Amino acid sequence: MSAVAVENEHTHDAHGAEKGFLRWIVTTNHKDIGTMYLVFALIMFFVGGTMALIIRAELFEPGMQFVDPQFFNSMTTMHALVMVFGAVMPGFVGFANWMIPMMIGAPDMALPRMNNMSFWMLVAGMLLMASTLFMEGGAPAAGWTFYPPLVLQTGNALPFAVFAVHLLGISSIMGAINIIATILNMRAPKMTMMKMPLFVWTWLITGFLLIAIMPVFAGAVTMLLTDRFFDTSFFDAAGGGDPVLYQHIFWFFGHPEVYVMILPTFGIASTIIPVFARKPLFGYSSMVYATIAIAFLSFIVWAHHMFTVGMPIAGELFFMYTTMLIAIPTGVKVFNWTATMWKGSMTFETPMLFSIAFVVLFTMGGFTGVMMSLAPLDFQYHDTYFIVAHFHYTLVPASVFILMAGGYFWLPKWTGNMYDEKLATLHFWLSAISVNILFFPQHFLGLAGMPRRIPDYAVQFADWNMVSSIGAFIFGFSQLIFVYVVIKTIRGKNCEKATDEVWEDAHKHGLEWTLSSPVPYHTFATPPEKIPTEHL
Amino acid sequence: MSDNLAEKNKRLVRKLVIIVLLMFGFGYALVPIYDVFCDITGINGKTNKTAANEIVYKIDKNREITVEFMTALNESAPILFKSELKQIKVHPGQYYTVNFYAENKTNKPMVAQAIPSISPGLTAEYFIKTECFCFLEQTFKANEGRTMPVRFVIDPALPDKYRRITLAYTFFDNTEKSVKK
Amino acid sequence: MKKTKQLLAYLILMALGLRSAYASDYTLNLMKGVTKVSNDIYDLHMLVLWICVFIGIAVFGTMFYSIYHHRKSKGHKAEQFHENTTIEILWTIIPTLILIGMAIPATQTMLEMEDVKDSDMSIKITGWQWKWEYEYMSNGIHFFSSLDEKSNQARQLNSGINPRSVPHYLLNVDNPLVIPINTKIRFLFTAADVNHAWWVPELGWKKDAIPGFINESWTYVEKPGTYRGQCAELCGKDHGFMPIVIIAMEQVDYNVWVEEQLVSAKAAANSANKEWSQEELFAKGETIYANSCASCHMNDGAGMGATFPAITNSPIVTGDIDGQIKIVMNGQGMMPAFGTMLSAVDFAAVITYTRNGLGNSVGDFVQPSKIKSLLSAVPEDDD
Repeated sequence: MSAVAVENEHTHDAHGAEKGFLRWIVTTNHKDIGTMYLVFALIMFFVGGTMALIIRAELFEPGMQFVDPQFFNSMTTMHALVMVFGAVMPGFVGFANWMIPMMIGAPDMALPRMNNMSFWMLVAGMLLMASTLFMEGGAPAAGWTFYPPLVLQTGNALPFAVFAVHLLGISSIMGAINIIATILNMRAPKMTMMKMPLFVWTWLITGFLLIAIMPVFAGAVTMLLTDRFFDTSFFDAAGGGDPVLYQHIFWFFGHPEVYVMILPTFGIASTIIPVFARKPLFGYSSMVYATIAIAFLSFIVWAHHMFTVGMPIAGELFFMYTTMLIAIPTGVKVFNWTATMWKGSMTFETPMLFSIAFVVLFTMGGFTGVMMSLAPLDFQYHDTYFIVAHFHYTLVPASVFILMAGGYFWLPKWTGNMYDEKLATLHFWLSAISVNILFFPQHFLGLAGMPRRIPDYAVQFADWNMVSSIGAFIFGFSQLIFVYVVIKTIRGKNCEKATDEVWEDAHKHGLEWTLSSPVPYHTFATPPEKIPTEHL
Repeated sequence: MSDNLAEKNKRLVRKLVIIVLLMFGFGYALVPIYDVFCDITGINGKTNKTAANEIVYKIDKNREITVEFMTALNESAPILFKSELKQIKVHPGQYYTVNFYAENKTNKPMVAQAIPSISPGLTAEYFIKTECFCFLEQTFKANEGRTMPVRFVIDPALPDKYRRITLAYTFFDNTEKSVKK
Repeated sequence: MKKTKQLLAYLILMALGLRSAYASDYTLNLMKGVTKVSNDIYDLHMLVLWICVFIGIAVFGTMFYSIYHHRKSKGHKAEQFHENTTIEILWTIIPTLILIGMAIPATQTMLEMEDVKDSDMSIKITGWQWKWEYEYMSNGIHFFSSLDEKSNQARQLNSGINPRSVPHYLLNVDNPLVIPINTKIRFLFTAADVNHAWWVPELGWKKDAIPGFINESWTYVEKPGTYRGQCAELCGKDHGFMPIVIIAMEQVDYNVWVEEQLVSAKAAANSANKEWSQEELFAKGETIYANSCASCHMNDGAGMGATFPAITNSPIVTGDIDGQIKIVMNGQGMMPAFGTMLSAVDFAAVITYTRNGLGNSVGDFVQPSKIKSLLSAVPEDDD
């Protein structure tokens, strides 16, 4: 990694993008790389989505109709890995690449060549991960959590999956270092820390989370690898190890990891809502502190994923109390968004629709989160569909919706063309309704006793599974509208031209709206003089 | 980009890379930290891994603790393994010896390791073994069977609320692993 | 948005109404269960659920009021306030108080669940891929409990059997766990291969079973009945197919059951001594194969890839009988050692069946008494 640390030359200042295919391979331009990240995330969103639909198709009715149980387990495992590491995280890195330099008045990312490398490493990592599907013994099927001893039963795929995780880890560590360096070193002189847009703030904190946790995860999977091939006994009781140790290490990574996916979500929502409420963001500094508090708490709550593992009572209670505490800063955020809308002058363009849906549905995921933070209740909820419903509410109508919202919000700025508002609204309503048909019944299933990660179920769970599967298919196919709208906007035929400001009075809310639409290939070669202070 | 900025970036990246390396190390450090943590809190009922010295305790004749013995085989290891006693009533502070019997059911030599676990986990620190076949890997000749003693004492400091303790041993067949070594 | 949702919920309910002919017992909520702990958990669950509902109504109500009234199309002018210390302190403190209000009963329930003292009996539960093993510590009763045969047949890929025609599909076992009511029972959990988790919702909890370590939990069932649960920790291919069935009965009935178990264990030991014919063993072997072998080697013996080789024309099965017995007895690779899982009679039966059925016709067979002598080290009955 030290080789890439030396990045000082920025030779592209003088001219525009290179022509042709090569442009995309060698580019160090933050906008190009941002675009590649976003396109890649969208492709992976459909790959992971296809896996989800295979799962939902098998669960449409009781009995085994389409896949064998081993492949089903591979699907649940790969769906999670693809969505987490291939879709949601790269999606936010894409927005970070595009927007952070423009939001802080910087000409580019701090380390443009490392930026290019981390993207291609991500692609290599995901391809390697996907290739395990075709290996003897099948893709990893022990869940994305890779719990031993089960994961050690994986066929030939294990070392490849571990190596893929290493690549993905290095890629996101490099991405995080780059983002931190950009934010700390590249801000326009007048852009002080407490004037930064919240998206920048949340990414700064996410960046630190990433460099703290990804190495730990890399270590954990390396231990799996040496346990399997080099006779170490980190997690093997026979040699004095302990399989539960893995769970502790994994969730030390895993819990902050879910905040890696949600903090930038908060950031984009906090950027969009004020624009369409035509009001400054309510409680800017409390938003910043709440984000820091959530990030800090994320490191001391991990064992709430393991309440049933047989912890001593003191451990159960400690992790229960710390987990409950998370509700406080998260609540502050929800109240702040509500207060931002309060007495505003709201309009409901698609980015705003998705953001409002995010606030409502994420809060619902938060409620179930509070419920399962209570250890005695988790003894019932744990590893059931109630959990599946919970984290999908905090990821799909939250992170994924906000990725869509961000897309609609900034696409006109990037391309200079307005997207088709009618189709986008249709996309929103189909998504918002079907996502609830998809995930709401899963609460019922979990409470009624359906464990997660099972390919077939008892007959009394049939009805809600069918409803859920119908929702899944509507949701999945609705996303094709998004692809169509995006392509149409990029091509620009029959599209309205976007103004420089795009949204009414948006220039008050962020530096990016002071640029022309479409944004020039190079921006802020000289730092801006005026900083919007609407949010202060 | 000025040289000054490049220098600043380089310094920051160096610091961040150091954090990354430290965190990678921290992941590994969690292994011994966890062991210490287990000793303190009794997670998974791990007991002492080496023989303790035989200290004389004051025997508490008024209290009687039931100790249950449980035997298990991992992946149905080809071993016959049982304890002589199913359970025993003991006084804290007094030393007891209990015999276990293990037999290699294959006609090849075998290396096996017994892993102890105690429940409730919080009693583990009061359950002290001065002699146990679980401290070391056991080597069996083909079809060999032998009786192996465990000598233990329950520390009279054991909180009053615990009346029943289960000591479990799981035998793991490590022959393949030790052949590789 | 609300209207649309209501309409949709109505449509869904209508659709369900049409189907309720054969699914009347679906539930929406946590079950109360049959122990004090499970009831306490249920009460806590309802308390927290209602608190969440009320907070939800307050927050979403405010939001939707604002969305309705404070919109540009209604000519509402945006105010420019962006902080208010009083309200910010309030909405930090009030949630804190609510959380403390939840933490107190939760802590009480947690302490109650951890109180393992004064138990009357212990049962050891071992998780296997993919069945449960139960051992009563006091009287030595010991058996394996796997998915019942009807469910097992129906759950095969494209089996053609309608799961709705199978009673308690996927929630039924061959040998249920029997416990007495009004008795504090201590469960000790461990696993033989990978992590599992033992969960019966009516008891109110689940607990992980981890190889090499023991965990414990307890229950005190007050109501006789049959309670069903499932493995709750992903444990491989057939994780979804290792249910749990508990039959809780009055102490007197339980005593009778114990007596029966002990007698039939004796009888099984005796029957291993008698001379069996090939036909008898073959007939018995068919069921044993379906229960113990078919989930990996498939019903027709065709196997599944390299990991689960075919039985039909297998060089091991059609080769020397002692070689086959040895592998089945001690296991190999993914294959567990069946020496400890099957009785001598069942063992001999399944050997006989695989050699002479499933497309094989070796012609020989083995007497249970021989298997018994090979297993001689295994005690006939635990003292």
